[in-house]
Amino acid sequence: MPPDYWQTLRLTLALASCTTALLLVLGLPLAYVLAHSRSRLRPLAEAVVSLPLVLPPTVIGFYLLLAFSDSTALGRFLIEKLGLSLNFSFPGILVGSLVYSLPFMVQPLQAGFQQLPRSLTEAAYTLGKSRGTTLWRVLLPNMKPALLNGAVLTFAHTLGEFGVVLMIGGNLPGRTRVASIAIYDEVQSLQYDQANAYAGTLLAVAFAILVGLYWFSKKDAAHLS
Amino acid sequence: MIEFHLTKALHTAAGPRTLDVALSLAPGELLALSGPSGAGKTTLLRMLAGLTRPDAGFLRVEGQLWYDHASRQWLPPQRRPLGFVFQDYALFPNMTVRENLNFAAEGQSGAKQTVGELLELLELTELAARRPAALSGGQQQRVALARALACRPRLLLLDEPLSALDLPTRQRLQQALGEVHRQFKLTTVLISHDPAEIARLADRVVELDLGQVRRVGPPVAPAAPATVRGRVLAVLPNGRLRMQLPGGTEVEVNGVAQLGEEIELSVVYQ
Repeated sequence: MPPDYWQTLRLTLALASCTTALLLVLGLPLAYVLAHSRSRLRPLAEAVVSLPLVLPPTVIGFYLLLAFSDSTALGRFLIEKLGLSLNFSFPGILVGSLVYSLPFMVQPLQAGFQQLPRSLTEAAYTLGKSRGTTLWRVLLPNMKPALLNGAVLTFAHTLGEFGVVLMIGGNLPGRTRVASIAIYDEVQSLQYDQANAYAGTLLAVAFAILVGLYWFSKKDAAHLS
Repeated sequence: MIEFHLTKALHTAAGPRTLDVALSLAPGELLALSGPSGAGKTTLLRMLAGLTRPDAGFLRVEGQLWYDHASRQWLPPQRRPLGFVFQDYALFPNMTVRENLNFAAEGQSGAKQTVGELLELLELTELAARRPAALSGGQQQRVALARALACRPRLLLLDEPLSALDLPTRQRLQQALGEVHRQFKLTTVLISHDPAEIARLADRVVELDLGQVRRVGPPVAPAAPATVRGRVLAVLPNGRLRMQLPGGTEVEVNGVAQLGEEIELSVVYQ
């Protein structure tokens, strides 16, 4: 087993968990607005959200690296006013992950909102329920598969993240070195056994997550019908 | 007393039209809205509920303005004390029958008792722990009606509530609806295509076509099915019969009979 195996794995899981939790909070309102918006700007917003799907991760990583550095106004603002030096730090790769995994959360949630019949919302309104109550008690409980899908895809996608983290975070053990980068690093130094330890773990975790997702989806479908 | 004059642009199959309806309803009245699809019935009902915004006009319910274009007043649907029964029932799939009703009655005094009474009244007590997906169409419809009543509305709006049900279920629910309307002293607006249903339930009927009121008045009872005798002239290869009616008219009908036999045909007016 590689010497910093547990440390790297902890960091990887922390990054995936934080990304998933934060994207649930940020993605829900965004998906809700996109699902219900009739604005002409909606295609533009959808394109921005989906951009990370088609851009090479190194492109996202490169622009974020520039944005966080002191050569840009945003970077100087973050560093000087907020004391946030994001490059080569955990918060930095977290922001990168949020951008990179955004479509994996927003798209399932948006589809989930759009699949619910409009009459469910309207029925709740005619019963005197506020938007918040309707969202929390009627809409979200009836789109559990979409919520689960978004969360699982985001988590799994963040586990496999490579290019963005490498660009923004580099390869600092205990700070920014995640499992996928560790694999690359071990292979570079011909440590195939150690690479295998990381790769096998990622494979097992990814498979377990997907089995859990399909098992739960089946159970939930049986429960609602 | 409910008074309104509401207008709204409609996009019908016959091109753009304007829905323009002015009416007043007496307290306790049951008004039926009838007319071909695209006439604007659902749009009118939705404007009363606040689910669709009218283009212009006003809506006054018991002296309170729910909508007034001139003074820009608008009461959101949440604050209109009404019950709405949707064509697709719109029951919350994640909640049991009882939870659907509880959710509607929440925050009112005696909510638990109200829910119990409604379950009893609409014969839902046995089904209270089931989820909507495990109910038949007629049962779902009763839950939708009970839920609409659970927030103790004064105005009940029903969008073709019985159209998807078979005849015996429909007749039982018509009876339940009539009882509920009287017992809860509701003012009710019902969209229906069924002349028998309208004749049975409604005090008045408004016939809409392409956004305009064609007729307002008491419901017309549908004519009883007539019968006529005729003689079988030929049994056709496709199994249909060529019949001669009194006066010499010849018609083709479906049925089984011998050549030359005299049989009775029932005539349905559509």
